[in-house]
Amino acid sequence: MTQITTARPGRGDHAAARRRSLRGFAGLAYATPTAVIVVTLFIAPLVLVGVMSLNKWPLLGAPTFNAPQNYAKITEDPLFLDSVLFTLKYTALITVLLSALALGLALLVQERRPGVGFFRTAFFLPGAVGFAAAALLFYGLLNNEVGPFGFLGVKWIGTPNMALFSTIVLVLWRFAGFNMLILLTGLQAIPVEVYEAARSDGASRWQIFTRITLPLLRPTIALMLILSITGSLLAFDQFFIFTNGGPDNSTVSMVMVIYRNAFFRFDLGGAAALSVVLLVVLVALNALQLKVLR
Amino acid sequence: MMRRLPSVAAAALLAVALAACGGGEPGPSAKTTASGPVTVTMWTRAATQAQSQRLVDAYNSKHKNQVKLTVIPTDNYQPRIAAAAGAKQLPDIFAADVIFVPNYTSQGLFLDVTDRVNQLPFKASLAPSHMRLGTYEDKLYTLPHTLDLSVWFWNKDLYKKAGLDPEKGPATLKEFAEQATTIQNKLGKDGKVSGTFFGGNCGGCYVFTFWPSVWAAGGQVMNPEGTQSLVDKSPMTEVFATYRSLYEKGITGPTAKEEQGPTWTGFFPKGQIGVMPMPSTTLGSMPADMKIGVAPIAGPDGGQSTFIGGDSVGISATSEHPDAAWDFLAWTVSDEAQVEVMAKNKDVVARTDLAGNKYSSADPRVVMINSLVAKGQTPYALKFGQTFNDPQGPWLRLAREAVFGDPSKVVQLNEAVNQSLQQ
Repeated sequence: MTQITTARPGRGDHAAARRRSLRGFAGLAYATPTAVIVVTLFIAPLVLVGVMSLNKWPLLGAPTFNAPQNYAKITEDPLFLDSVLFTLKYTALITVLLSALALGLALLVQERRPGVGFFRTAFFLPGAVGFAAAALLFYGLLNNEVGPFGFLGVKWIGTPNMALFSTIVLVLWRFAGFNMLILLTGLQAIPVEVYEAARSDGASRWQIFTRITLPLLRPTIALMLILSITGSLLAFDQFFIFTNGGPDNSTVSMVMVIYRNAFFRFDLGGAAALSVVLLVVLVALNALQLKVLR
Repeated sequence: MMRRLPSVAAAALLAVALAACGGGEPGPSAKTTASGPVTVTMWTRAATQAQSQRLVDAYNSKHKNQVKLTVIPTDNYQPRIAAAAGAKQLPDIFAADVIFVPNYTSQGLFLDVTDRVNQLPFKASLAPSHMRLGTYEDKLYTLPHTLDLSVWFWNKDLYKKAGLDPEKGPATLKEFAEQATTIQNKLGKDGKVSGTFFGGNCGGCYVFTFWPSVWAAGGQVMNPEGTQSLVDKSPMTEVFATYRSLYEKGITGPTAKEEQGPTWTGFFPKGQIGVMPMPSTTLGSMPADMKIGVAPIAGPDGGQSTFIGGDSVGISATSEHPDAAWDFLAWTVSDEAQVEVMAKNKDVVARTDLAGNKYSSADPRVVMINSLVAKGQTPYALKFGQTFNDPQGPWLRLAREAVFGDPSKVVQLNEAVNQSLQQ
């Protein structure tokens, strides 16, 4: 574009300048709505959370500056420290199980065969249920008094291990299909010729899987892992609705502690400080993952 | 999964934005008197929806001003109030669980109504415990809205079947345990009937149903300032021990340990429970053909008490229609509303001078419940909700150790309760 305009000197110069400024204006017009949304819904709240975390922030009335008290007291909260350990444990379990299950499902429905569309839809369908609704659904299903699975006499959320187990089943049911879909797009992108070449070279199924499928799937797996780990570290709905953090605070996630500090203890400054810490950790973790997995 | 994290920030952002354009506290409202009828907004929690709805309907049918009631799920009520307060979007009027009121008044959420209350001719007979919790630094902020007392309900049909005297309920906690045991042993074989029940994974349920036994025995659960917990001492420990032995012997129904609260009152009306503590507000909604006895909650060896729960109601500090809001509030405690709306539906009246009215005298159980208002207590603590109601709070852990786990940990766990109260 610039080459063409410079090639035509004279009165075209003027028109080109006008065109450029028009294009600049159009670009601005296109970008503004997004910029406004990003500023009002992302940057402004982010700055505000930062400011809140440095203040004692009452529900009504003026905040008073008290930094770094909100940060200093984080380490004194045993509930939060426990929740960090629990959230890490949950994240590790979910990431491994969810990846394995999603990969298995994706490989099952990878090839175009009669009826495969039905199974793809069936596996993905739980993902269409709102997560809060899914948590409530499981609460009802596994309830010992009214649920259809209650008669088994298993206390689905009665002990710490069972509560974690039931939650993991819920999350796998809800998210396996979605992760399968992500992996499926990666699998479809691998050229058929590569498989054919491997087969004519006499590679076994296992060799094809480990030497071709997995390496070529790497960027897709990276995407799935980042989504899964970030989502698990921010886990809230399943524990808030399904287990209510119980029994005996055994399933309290980090975000639940933030929620409790803000809305039950009205300690908005303390909750903001926890949010900032969690944000920093997440950004660092994502950067690390991108670096390792790319 | 991530939706709620930014909502803290979003609510706060909204608060700042609105504060910037709103210009702070509205002055005494000239608008309401100057221009015709107004509609005031009101929030209440689902637990006391029936009572609030009846009051609002009766008021709306006779007044030009209208009240628009919004009902919010009980478990979400506290966070919703917090978020709305942060965003300066509280309704004109909001009811609140009476035990949360000291916290709300200390946060400045309610408008000072001292002068308005002082003009009420029946001020002295307004439910005393509700008024005490609505007083902060010598100023009044709330009126009693609904009264919900904990009492023992017993199922007369089951008592008859089990060979117990259906007209004689328990007079001590020991009798309570004996009668529950008899029901269990005689009728509980097929697993459809249990001796008793309680919400074993629900902090608010323990408070509401166990503490009256402590008060009836002359004990206390906290110091009057609500800063020092006494739940690691007798008689609380004896009350814990009684319920512990009931659970261990399988008399409480299998799911008592897991009951988180939403369904704890649901089993009695189905005829599955012999005798248990219940909220008095549920008496009006029990099956018509069910014969139910009502007794005051007693201590291990006698005495009588109750937890005077329910809701208080006040005008929000940010309301633009305080006069219209007060007009409704003052009407809700009038003779007309208390007798023709509350008492008519077997609800406990909010005024001691109306305890014996034309409706209550028809049902001796209601007279008895009304009489308990003078004997019962409402505990006062600024940090009540986060200490006792919050599922992650320290009290639930303590109570569960005492009833299902290792009672020797109670003394140590009581330190966490103290810490939470003193925060």
